[in-house]
Amino acid sequence: MKSETKTAQTLFRSDAMQRLMAFSALIVLSIGFSVASPYFRTFDNFVGILLATAVNGVLALGVTFVIITAGIDLSVGTVLTFSAVLTGVFITNWHLPIPLGILGGVLAGSLAGFVNGTLISRMKIPPFIATLGMLYATKGLSLVISELKPIYFNDTPAFREMAMGSILGKIIPGFEVPNAVFILFGAAIIANFILTRTVLGRYTFALGSNEEATRLSGVNVAAWKTAVYTLCGFFAGIGGVLMASRLNSAQPALGAGYELDAIAAVVIGGTSLSGGEGSILGTIIGAFIISTLTNGLRILSVPQEWQMVVTGGIVILAVFLDILRRRR
Amino acid sequence: MTLPNTSSENHEVLLRMEGVYKSFPGVQALSDARFELRYGEVHALVGENGAGKSTLMKILGGIYHMDAGQVYLEGRAVEIHSPRMAQDLGISIIHQELNLMPHLTIAQNIFIGREPRSKISFLMDDKTTNQQAENLFKLLNLQLDPTTKVSDLTVAKQQMVEIAKALSYNAKILVMDEPTAALTDTEIEELFSVIRQLREKGVGIVHISHRLEELKQISDRVTVMRDGKYIDTLQTQAAPINQIISLMVGRIIYESAPELPENPSQEVVLEVRNLNSGKLLKDVSFSLKRGEILGFAGLMGAGRTEVARAIFGADPYDSGEIYVKGQRVHIKSPGDAVSQGVGYLSEDRKRYGLALGMDVKENVAMAAMKKFLSWLGWVDFKRTAARGQEMVKALNIKTPSLEQKVKFLSGGNQQKVVVGKWLTADTDILIFDEPTRGIDVGAKSEIYKLLNDLAHQGKAIIMISSELPEVLRMSHRVVVMCEGRVTGVLNASEATQESIMKFATMRGSVVQASA
Ligand SMILES: Nc1ncnc2c1ncn2[C@@H]1O[C@H](COP(=O)(O)OP(=O)(O)OP(=O)(O)O)[C@@H](O)[C@H]1O
Ligand SMILES: [Mg+2]
Repeated sequence: MKSETKTAQTLFRSDAMQRLMAFSALIVLSIGFSVASPYFRTFDNFVGILLATAVNGVLALGVTFVIITAGIDLSVGTVLTFSAVLTGVFITNWHLPIPLGILGGVLAGSLAGFVNGTLISRMKIPPFIATLGMLYATKGLSLVISELKPIYFNDTPAFREMAMGSILGKIIPGFEVPNAVFILFGAAIIANFILTRTVLGRYTFALGSNEEATRLSGVNVAAWKTAVYTLCGFFAGIGGVLMASRLNSAQPALGAGYELDAIAAVVIGGTSLSGGEGSILGTIIGAFIISTLTNGLRILSVPQEWQMVVTGGIVILAVFLDILRRRR
Repeated sequence: MTLPNTSSENHEVLLRMEGVYKSFPGVQALSDARFELRYGEVHALVGENGAGKSTLMKILGGIYHMDAGQVYLEGRAVEIHSPRMAQDLGISIIHQELNLMPHLTIAQNIFIGREPRSKISFLMDDKTTNQQAENLFKLLNLQLDPTTKVSDLTVAKQQMVEIAKALSYNAKILVMDEPTAALTDTEIEELFSVIRQLREKGVGIVHISHRLEELKQISDRVTVMRDGKYIDTLQTQAAPINQIISLMVGRIIYESAPELPENPSQEVVLEVRNLNSGKLLKDVSFSLKRGEILGFAGLMGAGRTEVARAIFGADPYDSGEIYVKGQRVHIKSPGDAVSQGVGYLSEDRKRYGLALGMDVKENVAMAAMKKFLSWLGWVDFKRTAARGQEMVKALNIKTPSLEQKVKFLSGGNQQKVVVGKWLTADTDILIFDEPTRGIDVGAKSEIYKLLNDLAHQGKAIIMISSELPEVLRMSHRVVVMCEGRVTGVLNASEATQESIMKFATMRGSVVQASA
């Protein structure tokens, strides 16, 4: 890097460059798979990738906020399950109207996030531990509430339509892109707006950058931190409802491990685990990199075990490149 | 907010703190501390490192809660529970440690917690934020771009941001805990003119500083603290510095006359040739002899720290040659530097000098861990503790025990721990970057004596300092830098405040000075 001029270096080190790099990686990956397999580049497969990204992407949105505050949320995967199961209970068992059931599921996720935030900010329990506890608790609760059985939404076909139907397909026949994809994009736009334009977003960065300084500036650190974890739970709740709608059932045993995919997406997207930096666009690109990779490798008949190994390598490579970028 | 229009004649009391007690585990930080502040007064608060100055002001700022005591604001008893409450009461504090959010911009930092909102109340209005910051800088005569990220600023600029932030609260009481420690003389002068304006407006200002010569320039009264106790309050103009010092230390100390160590040998131990690094350093060359103290003077941002960091392997450089004892060396990391016999005491001890969460003895041993390993490879705690004890004694470090985490020490004592660490590493070449920043008079003369002793023992020392009297008093030769270039090298006999300032402001021109 010695011969580079100062301005080139500044550009190279900028956050925009990070996103550009991640985006280029996504493009290169897609081109590579397209060349390797004609099936990869079909419209159906493209839609498949989009759909596969929806749940993980929504989860990762919330996790982005938490990681920018230099925290971590390990519970999003099982909170997602918890929300899905409760949505099932509300709609199928209690016969509540669908919108109310969805609202209930999302609120359940937010509540779990609120409890996380309270444990962390008021009781000073380290985020890793607090959310690990929540991981186990929600996993157990989901099994208890569902009595270990999946809850199906067979009586309410409209619920499945929510994620799997295609409004776009009705407008432009042939473009049957499921609504789930648009829900992801909608959620991402809202998340981006919150992160960049609202006070909550500003404090998210401030907390991760220097919590003590934020506190000394008179900001109610505990309240805002709680808000960040609640927001994370909120997105996990949306993820849960999406998942249930997609599978037409709430699967109490599914969800554990999703938190790792979400964290991986956030990290690949350039959000720093040490806090203070990150972006929604990066996270979305990160989520797409993961699902493109999984999809492409599967088409090339790479066994699932090896897909994981590759994903692991990509996460580490992404972070390493980011470190290189920051080094001057 | 309206304040009574007062002159310094008006003796109305704005703030009174009485009988304040505060203890931390193992330390009685304050016992019967007192403080009084009037409208339109600059009140200096002085005392040795660890006397309790910062603690007293943190109580005022709602950061610590006192064990006992009373605080009266404009005659009313108040209890201050949080920083937010302090702000709402019109108390604004610039803390000794920089308290900024490095990932945010300057404007975002200044308005954190009260950012201008747009019509929809939860949305921020960044345009107005930047505009208000801009106006503030104009008022304070500062050259800052509100949209710059704070992490891209030098320590001095960051300090100016802190000051601007504190002033932007329109506070009735402004507390400045060693605001000048990182500033150059011109910057201090600018700060003082701002302080004088505020005083005119009736703001009460608390000024904590170890630069006693400043007191006469700026303060009306001075309160002395020692060991957490109130000692006395004096009219600054009527109080001789010596009297203040003896009140601070509780004994009379004689400022030893500036004594220059013996002439160094002619053996060159460090030679730097044509060091270049981006825009920061341009063709920096100099040499350092055994037993010599080489002063580095210059304005903030002249590139002195950058030279030190390049030599120490903390930052890469573009081109140039470095010779240690005649051998060309390629120092790529601080580890390399230590094994080549180069030690560096950073100017920013919190960030680069200390492991804040570790205790005193561990910090002392850190740069020379090898010396404390037993033959099987584990750390010999007895030896570590013995060395720690030795340094605590030699440097007079005020700590309840060797096991105290350094983050709980007062600023000055933290600095002494850093010095202890590098004395333990025992490198032949030592680079001290602002070694006396934030250190009290007693400790300062101890550090001077120490530098002298080290030079006598044959160590070669580079001392970067922004305090000209210190540079003049301590150095055999002075290297003056300006905008990344060496603009002059002066012998002790030629060096004066005037000659140094001349070279330090020699922008854009390279001058061959006598070596
Ligand atoms: N949070 C804390 N925990 C434990 N001890 C502390 C804490 N803060 C301060 N102390 C101790 O209280 C005493 C007073 O410290 P304080 O920082 O108020 O000193 P000071 O007068 O500001 O010194 P300096 O000039 O070095 O900044 C010191 O002995 C210090 O070690
Ligand atoms: Mg202090």
